[in-house]
Amino acid sequence: MNHIKIAIIDYEMGNLRSVANAFDAIGYGASIVQNPNDLSQFSHIVLPGVGAFGDGMKNLRSSGWIDVLEREIIEKRKPFLGICLGMQLLATMGTEHGLYEGLNWISGTVKKIESNDPQIRVPHVGWNDVLFLKKSGLYKDLENSQAFYFVHSYVFDVKDKSSVVSGLTSHGIEFISSIEKDNIYATQFHPEKSQKIGLKVLENFIKSTVKTNA
Amino acid sequence: MLKKRLIPILLLKNGLLVRSELFKIHQIIGNPIYEVKRFNEWNVDELIYLDISKNDEYDLRRDDHKVQGLTDSVSILDEVSRTCFMPLTWGGKICTVEQMQQVISRGADKITINTSAVENPKLITQAANLLGSQAIVVSIDVFRDESGEMEVYINGGSQPTGLKPENWAKEVQERGAGEILLNSINRDGTGMGYDLELINIVASNTKIPIIACGGVGRYEHYAEGIKAGASAVAAANIWHFKELSDRGGKRALSKAGIEVRV
Repeated sequence: MNHIKIAIIDYEMGNLRSVANAFDAIGYGASIVQNPNDLSQFSHIVLPGVGAFGDGMKNLRSSGWIDVLEREIIEKRKPFLGICLGMQLLATMGTEHGLYEGLNWISGTVKKIESNDPQIRVPHVGWNDVLFLKKSGLYKDLENSQAFYFVHSYVFDVKDKSSVVSGLTSHGIEFISSIEKDNIYATQFHPEKSQKIGLKVLENFIKSTVKTNA
Repeated sequence: MLKKRLIPILLLKNGLLVRSELFKIHQIIGNPIYEVKRFNEWNVDELIYLDISKNDEYDLRRDDHKVQGLTDSVSILDEVSRTCFMPLTWGGKICTVEQMQQVISRGADKITINTSAVENPKLITQAANLLGSQAIVVSIDVFRDESGEMEVYINGGSQPTGLKPENWAKEVQERGAGEILLNSINRDGTGMGYDLELINIVASNTKIPIIACGGVGRYEHYAEGIKAGASAVAAANIWHFKELSDRGGKRALSKAGIEVRV
């Protein structure tokens, strides 16, 4: 397992410590990486993040992350996990407090959860079921549906759903709670905050991707 | 479907865990870190920490807690986030966005503000712009006078504000709060159950999730809070004085027809 080196991208968006602690707990040390030039040394790349879409992209751009991420993940095909905002940033466009361009690795738009039902409160906070559509990657060895912890107001509306969606959740609308495309994995929920079941998803991310190491 | 949440609240005073009654009496009941580990093993939904110390002196003189050198309250977060993989909300004496960032960077997912939100309502918007609404919980403490009139109080329930709870709740939502932690001062530590009228009036005037708090004495009280409009039900004392209080609470909610995570 010496060749597994996990990088957590620090672009000043939220609670990175929890993600690092979660990887520690399952026996894989993870490093919080502040300098894009260091990224080539790592085998697995995690983009966490809470906060607004526009700020997230601005921070990635101003610290020089975008080209490096594209080289390591799109060209070298290193396993990648986006969490929450880190999933949304993969989109073509974000609509939170104005229109912002995303990384555009997966076509689609990030939109606010809207509902007229007074029972459907936004932000969507708490434990909700994820229906698994793919059982090979993150959800290997899990039952068909499990509850994970969510805390968000926006969702990623992927354009070509059939090929990349791995999990679905409903909260007033049905939305995409995880995606899987080649070496790119992403979850709208927080595995690092989803107790034992969340740690299992992180472990699956490492284990299912070891062979594809660049 | 989104589950209704059951949340333990840990009250910290000078570094020690306390139970509270009517916001006035605070009895020391133990070590905060030990208690958190127990909750983690129980797989609880979420955890809220409120630091209700009146000054910045921390008393960790007890030798039964096995944690040394906790010099400030936030360092408890470092310890907790190392072993607990559940959502954490931290509150108490937060007045600036810099303090919020510090708390988040040390492992909290959400911060909660109370007095500072009333004194400086712009802080809510600044915080929401920086950290996202989902990270900002505004805590509202409500006191009823003898005629039953409800009013928002600050500074640990000691100072009236002239604000009506439903109006203040609407305002914090408009300013960018992501959740409301709603506490009844009159019910605190009494075990009489939630102030259901208060929950109902605040929930029906807002669209963000309401976490109800204050008054739980029996597990059956939780379902009443949900039915009055809360998205999550919280309590402090009952978690410390009953065995298996997570399972007992969840079972009572489930029995009342409410979907919870088991």
